[in-house]
Amino acid sequence: MHPFVYARATSAQGAVETHHLAETPRDTASVRARSQYLAGGTTLVDLMRLDVMQPELVTDINALDETPSGEIDFGSRGLWLGALVKMSQAADHADVVENYPVIAQSLYLAASPQLRNMASLGGNVLQRTRCTYFRDMSYAACNKRSPGSGCAAMDGVNRNHAILGASDRCIATYPGDFAQALIALDAVVDVAGPSGSRTIPFSNLHRRPGETPHIETALQPGDLITAFVVPPAPWAKRSKYLKVRDRESYEFALASAAVALDMDGDTVRQARIALGGIATVPWRAREAEAALRGQTLGDDTLNAAAEKAFAGASPRGENAFKVDLGKRTLVRALRETAAMTI
Amino acid sequence: MHDTSSGGAGGFSRRNFLTTTMASTMTLSLLDKARGDDSAAARVSPRQPLTLSLNVNGQERRLALDVRTSLLDALREHVGLTGTKKGCDHGQCGACTVLMDGKRVLSCLTLAAMAQGHEITTIEGLAGPDGALHPMQQAFIDHDAFQCGYCTPGQIMSAVACVTEGHAESDAEIREYMSGNLCRCACYPNIVDAVKDAKPKMKET
Repeated sequence: MHPFVYARATSAQGAVETHHLAETPRDTASVRARSQYLAGGTTLVDLMRLDVMQPELVTDINALDETPSGEIDFGSRGLWLGALVKMSQAADHADVVENYPVIAQSLYLAASPQLRNMASLGGNVLQRTRCTYFRDMSYAACNKRSPGSGCAAMDGVNRNHAILGASDRCIATYPGDFAQALIALDAVVDVAGPSGSRTIPFSNLHRRPGETPHIETALQPGDLITAFVVPPAPWAKRSKYLKVRDRESYEFALASAAVALDMDGDTVRQARIALGGIATVPWRAREAEAALRGQTLGDDTLNAAAEKAFAGASPRGENAFKVDLGKRTLVRALRETAAMTI
Repeated sequence: MHDTSSGGAGGFSRRNFLTTTMASTMTLSLLDKARGDDSAAARVSPRQPLTLSLNVNGQERRLALDVRTSLLDALREHVGLTGTKKGCDHGQCGACTVLMDGKRVLSCLTLAAMAQGHEITTIEGLAGPDGALHPMQQAFIDHDAFQCGYCTPGQIMSAVACVTEGHAESDAEIREYMSGNLCRCACYPNIVDAVKDAKPKMKET
């Protein structure tokens, strides 16, 4: 691990000002930024120990849990999730469990109890890919780390890699779960930054790799996520997160589905669908949602929706199984969600 | 990468550093260091040891540590409590599990600096003042819940938290909530038995 200066901030503004002391040139790979915020540390400390991240200035923002960023609030305007709330706090919160089950489940099914006690919600959505070639500095070729160096995963061991949203520069999978719940439920993100505060749709936060896989999010240097706001919605209560993985617990998704349904008897009024484990970013499946609107959930309808969701899939080598696995995961999630008693 | 010979950390200057609004003992000690050096080249140095105090098993420990030191290494190499084990050092095995303010965390992914102001409990802190084993420790012995023993301190710390969190209501729940602790000797069935056995005994104490 490279040495760094450790600083602590007690307010979002103080954090932004401190972060700014080490300026990162534009177009630097996100992972190579000179200045980093530290919350739970479960991604940052890990990647620093691997030398994938080598920040010179680390600003500890854990004291922000004494601000609104440490709170969960539920009311008529929806759900407020402070960015410094721990995953385990949100997963166990009665209002979240009852009113937004897909959020609670996406958190509970992620990582381990220890990691969930450490990791913040803000850090969780920014966790970095588990692509082996990205994490292993002995591979020179990684467009995410070193723009233009190539991608070792393209023709390498890519069983866990993405089949949706990839480019010829990068096929690294977005590894998280919580983000699928947020994008399905039309959440927004409160961001503090050097030029003030702003709110962006969660669906705009992560960037597909395209030509610039080293720029991973819409956040600018110094931007700090302070909260997520999930609006109230008739489909929020009938929602679930289904995660399929190589082992039953403590594993990243091979395929997952965050599903929320507003039902009128057996007919779907509205559906919200996001897919995980199969894409380079949290993946909203809007075509599949449209295919379900006004329909009853028979086998043909379900399969047609799944076909729509994966119509653009481009498997590469070892990850071809994810096309069928992803479709089946979505169909099962839809069936189980429709059968929920609420 | 860095110009370490001059103690520099790239391009952020002392003047900039002093204008920020941070407040903490650690930050202040850094600032004091910067203030004490008036040379034009003065920079806040990443090589400057951090002086900090950790509350471990009820005792305050004053330490001067490299900023990179994990809580795990601070406990093992600086406090001298080697009960907490280093397995993977990447948050994947659970061998380094300790309690922070009663909640289980991974000491390998926690910087020692982050642990300031929190109460740390390690495996050495579980037994009573008279040396009587914690019910979970005794249950692991009674149920032969280990073979080589390397993962055991982490398993026991995690098991204690599993019970206090209220996540030991069934075998399935225990397995799920103990999944962050790997045992390559595969003593899992006996670990589940030990947790079930210790649970009512923990309530008695």
